[in-house]
Amino acid sequence: MTAPRLQLEQISKRFAAVVANDQVSLSVQPGEIHSILGENGAGKSTLMKIIYGALRPDAGRILWNGEPAQIRSPQEARALGIAMVFQHFSLFDTLSVAENVWLGMSSSISLQQVKDGIRSKTAEYGLELEPERVVHTLSVGERQRVEIVRALLAEPRLLILDEPTSVLTPQAVEKLFVTLRQLAATGCSILYISHKLDEIRALCHQCTVLRGGRVTGSCDPTVESNASLSRLMIGAEPPRLVHREATPGQLALRVNALSLEKLDRFGTDLHEVSLDLREGEVVGIAGVSGNGQQQLLAAISGEDPRAPDAAIELFGQPIGRLRAGARRKLGLHFIPEERLGRGAVPTLSLAHNMLLTRNESLRFLGWIDRQALKHQTASIIERFKVKSGGPGAVARSLSGGNLQKYIVGREIDAVPKVLVVAQPTWGVDVGAAAQIRAELLALRDAGTALLVVSEELEELFEMTDRLHVMARGRLSPSIGTSAATVELIGEWMSGLWPTGPEDGPGASIGEFP
Amino acid sequence: MSLLSPVIAVVLTAVVGAALFAALGKDPLSALQVFFLEPFHGTRALTELALKSTPLILIALGLALCYRSNVWNIGAEGQFLMGAIGGGGLALWVTTEAIPMSPWAFFPLVIVAGALAGAAWAGVVALLRDRFNANEILTSLMLVYVANYFLSWLVFGPWKDPDGFNFPQTVSFASQTELPRVIRGMRLHWGSAVALLAAGGMWLFLFRTFAGIQLQVGGPAPAAARYAGFSSHAAIWTTLLTSGALAGVAGAFEVAGPMGQLTPHVSTGYGFTAIIVAFVGRLHPLGCILGSGVLSMFLIGGELAQSRIGLPSALSGVFQGVLLLSLLACDTLIHYRPRWSGTR
Ligand SMILES: Nc1ncnc2c1ncn2[C@@H]1O[C@H](COP(=O)(O)OP(=O)(O)OP(=O)(O)O)[C@@H](O)[C@H]1O
Ligand SMILES: [Mg+2]
Repeated sequence: MTAPRLQLEQISKRFAAVVANDQVSLSVQPGEIHSILGENGAGKSTLMKIIYGALRPDAGRILWNGEPAQIRSPQEARALGIAMVFQHFSLFDTLSVAENVWLGMSSSISLQQVKDGIRSKTAEYGLELEPERVVHTLSVGERQRVEIVRALLAEPRLLILDEPTSVLTPQAVEKLFVTLRQLAATGCSILYISHKLDEIRALCHQCTVLRGGRVTGSCDPTVESNASLSRLMIGAEPPRLVHREATPGQLALRVNALSLEKLDRFGTDLHEVSLDLREGEVVGIAGVSGNGQQQLLAAISGEDPRAPDAAIELFGQPIGRLRAGARRKLGLHFIPEERLGRGAVPTLSLAHNMLLTRNESLRFLGWIDRQALKHQTASIIERFKVKSGGPGAVARSLSGGNLQKYIVGREIDAVPKVLVVAQPTWGVDVGAAAQIRAELLALRDAGTALLVVSEELEELFEMTDRLHVMARGRLSPSIGTSAATVELIGEWMSGLWPTGPEDGPGASIGEFP
Repeated sequence: MSLLSPVIAVVLTAVVGAALFAALGKDPLSALQVFFLEPFHGTRALTELALKSTPLILIALGLALCYRSNVWNIGAEGQFLMGAIGGGGLALWVTTEAIPMSPWAFFPLVIVAGALAGAAWAGVVALLRDRFNANEILTSLMLVYVANYFLSWLVFGPWKDPDGFNFPQTVSFASQTELPRVIRGMRLHWGSAVALLAAGGMWLFLFRTFAGIQLQVGGPAPAAARYAGFSSHAAIWTTLLTSGALAGVAGAFEVAGPMGQLTPHVSTGYGFTAIIVAFVGRLHPLGCILGSGVLSMFLIGGELAQSRIGLPSALSGVFQGVLLLSLLACDTLIHYRPRWSGTR
């Protein structure tokens, strides 16, 4: 019996307000793909950062190949053979792929060696990546690949992946899994974090469940079902979504042949995008991110007020040039996909962050009624089960999924007339995802018009009444969700859809008179 | 941790200062005593400390507001000078027209005059930034020189005292324009209370009003400001006009208080020293008060060091520089937590 590659004994870590890890013990064998499963704020990221030396544990010890190890910094972790891919990229846009990889390496290696290394690694694992390309020309999926290749080049004996698939298309996820299995076959251990239960079942050999910072169980995911995994994780199966037929009302939001040049060189131009959204319906926009969704959303939300006035109408009123605040006053709310820095100010408290989009607690001359603000924040924290240190906690201290819950909750709670949502359930656990979808549908039933942009087809099929597809800055005609199939949407994603709204299979189905 | 770094910086400055004194052949301990203890010794010393702190507090409050919203107003000295010209002009008018009024009636008027003049000068910066996207660091700094030359032109020309033997200065202002004193016989005036009130007001504005929160979003998170729909134009104008007005009031207090006339030498660098005050005070109104105390201690300590132990008065400038540098170093080191590593 060989010693486990990694063994954690009684690891504890506490932040001021919360115990993030509470006597966590687990072991990972060589060649094992081990998943860490747990609801938002369970302490998964914290545990990974401890293993990688980015955080110090308060108590407990780490055994590496059976030997006690002190991991005081990421350098020491890398020296042991531990590599980590963080959820958020750490690449420099203006440098080439090879230069980015080179930055993290010891200075004795030449750039040419790095380039050769990248070429041989990508060949070995069948990943396409050109070392000379400048990072800003890469799509998010390709950037993720840079991070993974960088990790692979370190010849790791343990690879940590913290929600690596949130920005990958299903095809890219398949490719990644092939790579990871190959890697595991060479004896490298892998720690894998994801909220997507299907992925865990398809990929992982072992699974440790965290809840409130403690280990509450472990299982073999290959023999579990999604339902049993979520029972292990949140103690219950997520409630099934009941999707009643929509009863669309009057026209709420109209986009009229909107063409817009991109604002920066990383963007996409919009070409003649047209869209109708009625009260009481959910319209989805599918498509691989980077096809103009960001630009369209910014034009609709008012963050980019360059559109011709008449190109965007809200209840018949032209709003193309209004700023986001003015549009919100007219009833249009927006949930962006970047939570930290856009949906919330990292350094401000959750209570102060309410003021970005909510003004119920403001009094004469903009005086803040702190009691009212605190109550309002606390009610959202409670309703959406946001794990945090309370209304006074700064946004930065929340786990990714919990911040998402807070922002979505803040906008849902406003009961807007029109709600535009990007990636509503990014990074939230299955229980929270189900709740968010149910709350969004409840809003629809109460008469709100919803526009949902998501990369997750399943989510769109579950929630929406009609679907558009976005490809290369153009928007397809809409199709009733009940009439759409995964194959059809996949075809449209490559930009091949019937041109007129009347002359294609299913193109006019679901269009309301 | 971020509160610790100003403290470490002050200690470091004292250490560097001691080394400097030793290098200049003075006894470091007694020199340090002149710098760090004498300014607190006795009522007169304390009132002088408060007097010097007054303009620093006023200016630093405005700068803290600017810097919190990512508006880099470096030219508070120019706004201070224009405030001095505004307040001084009013005092000159009251003096030459011999208008009968009590100092307590003049007090609010001189505040308004200084505030308007300072705000107008900062308004030029705001206009250039808003309309032409001109970098406010450059424009505000360059306008300092313009203000200084404008002052010189006034005191060499139209405002020169006709009976002043051709010295470039105005007449001494009449007694009704003198700022009311806090304690008889001391130079400390009630403007210092205004500075404390302004700090309280700024605190309420920053942390208790929507407008204050709004301004603080654009700095750390411009994308969030766009998302919320907070106007960056409004932020530029509000912050610059407010800081200009505060610096202007400081300038008006200087000429109506300790100076009592306008000369070409109104500029003593308060506007620049206040930049250090704002950062040492962590851009917080309370911190600005504390920071002003520390910096005026250096200013007074420098003067004392010159008269008592014959050290060059430029030393207080050196101290300011060392303080700012150690503060920035502490912030950076604390933020990035670098470690020594053997191999590289
Ligand atoms: N720097 C910090 N300061 C204070 N609290 C923190 C800090 N970092 C994390 N926490 C808290 O520790 C808990 C665990 O956070 P962690 O990021 O490990 O969760 P997670 O399991 O990765 O969740 P998610 O699935 O949402 O990413 C959370 O309640 C979070 O609020
Ligand atoms: Mg996490």
